[in-house]
Amino acid sequence: MKMIAPVLTVLAAILLLWYAATVWMNSQWTYDQAARAGEEVTFSELVTDTLTQKRPVLPAPHQVAVGLWEGVAGQKITSKRSLVFHGWITLSATLAGFALGTGLGILLAVGITHSRAMDLSVMPWAIASQTIPILAIAPMVIVVLASLGITGLLPKAIIAAYLSFFPVLVGMVKGLRAPDHMQLDLLKTYNASQGATFWKLRLPSSMPYLFASLKVGVAASLVGTIVAELPAGATRGLGARLLSGSYYGQTVQIWSALFAAAALAAILVVVVGIIEQITLKRMGMVQ
Amino acid sequence: MTAAPVIQARGLELTFETNDGPVHALKDIDLDIEKGEFVSFIGPSGCGKTTFLRCIAALETPTGGSLTVNGISPEEARKARSYGYVFQAAGLYPWRTIAGNVKLPLEIMGYSKAQQQERVEKVLSLVDLEGFGKKFPWQLSGGMQQRASIARALAFDAEILLMDEPFGALDEIVRDKLNEELLKLWSATNKTIGFVTHSIPEAVYLSTKIVVMSPRPGRIHEVIESTLPKGPRPLDIRDSEEFLQIAHRVREGLRAGHAYDE
Repeated sequence: MKMIAPVLTVLAAILLLWYAATVWMNSQWTYDQAARAGEEVTFSELVTDTLTQKRPVLPAPHQVAVGLWEGVAGQKITSKRSLVFHGWITLSATLAGFALGTGLGILLAVGITHSRAMDLSVMPWAIASQTIPILAIAPMVIVVLASLGITGLLPKAIIAAYLSFFPVLVGMVKGLRAPDHMQLDLLKTYNASQGATFWKLRLPSSMPYLFASLKVGVAASLVGTIVAELPAGATRGLGARLLSGSYYGQTVQIWSALFAAAALAAILVVVVGIIEQITLKRMGMVQ
Repeated sequence: MTAAPVIQARGLELTFETNDGPVHALKDIDLDIEKGEFVSFIGPSGCGKTTFLRCIAALETPTGGSLTVNGISPEEARKARSYGYVFQAAGLYPWRTIAGNVKLPLEIMGYSKAQQQERVEKVLSLVDLEGFGKKFPWQLSGGMQQRASIARALAFDAEILLMDEPFGALDEIVRDKLNEELLKLWSATNKTIGFVTHSIPEAVYLSTKIVVMSPRPGRIHEVIESTLPKGPRPLDIRDSEEFLQIAHRVREGLRAGHAYDE
């Protein structure tokens, strides 16, 4: 409970800065309008106007809150204007991509830790793959797959997987190599097979590393999905919501979609965190 | 007619190639360890006592000479699972209970569930840890963890027990108690034990044979046969004249082997 005061202080400071920025950034429009009408604007008029514009440069927090509320609760969830509807589209592709990326990351990590050749041949490509901006890759993947007749969830999931396999790969390689010499020697004295070493030592040792990576991976998946929803002029998903908002200058819609995406990411990370807690507790690795 | 030694080393050598040139970790090691003996290896850091133990366990490969364990090569002996090895750290898996940890070698070696259960109970009582099977390692003290790791090494009933400074990280009171228990366990099971230590009292108290080693190159300086009675010994045997004489001989041996030179 001691933490409430500092947390609220930081929140208040952010809101205050945001409101100040809103007044400042939207003031040009207010001044222009007043000049056209040949009127003078008082400070209180300026504040009232900048916080209530229909298409502000920067929407005020309460406008975003209202936009978010109407998007989530004010529509039927099957409506094209519902953030729940778009959120679900994005979420399903995110989860598919996350599963795909996690599976790929784990498989590659297992290969890399067991084969020196794979370590040398695959790891550089994995690193190189992450140096290419996703914005450059995403449209190509969408277009190529569309020409093959593959549209909808799969192309988005592939791009999400492209972003999320990497943290899982790096974390799992580290985790599978976590057992020290003594622990490996111990298994050697039992004449344990490679398989037994993997299942009984390497895999359990890697669990804390895996979960740390999954948290990064799931957030990366969401970013990948949203980016994948931008280029094809998609009409569904939070990315599409962002895009159409920017086409029509609907800044409130953009910010609402942004916050919906942020909330979704937060929920996903928290869910992974809860699964982590339960798993590690069951394994006896946290007290 | 005596039985063949359990461990026999003749002219054993191990040279590590490093960037600073070859390092003679072991040189001209000749040693016989008979069945049922408790042999301590004592010497300063770098004398090769741990390396020798690791050679017996086939965790290191000698570069010269011969070494047999149970009459076969160490590698074959390792594959035949003829020894249990206890490391300096307990190295229990944090995600397994104490019983789960003791069960680990049994699972790997393919014992049936019923056999696993039976053996875990047996060795946990051997090391005085009955009733702790369901605890996780972090719930136990360092001494208890090390006892669990000894139970793990005993679980598959190997004839030889190799121990690399198993009590080195524990305080003296716990160490005394574990030493006493180890002697009881040894006389109850009649295993052959190789034991690496830094401590003169520990070596003298436990051993039937004390191998004094000296560094650069690692070699055996002297082998001292203990005249103390075989089997469980009371802790206060360490105040006896006989004990002090043996301890003195070990110290002299270490000094003559330049163990105290800087």
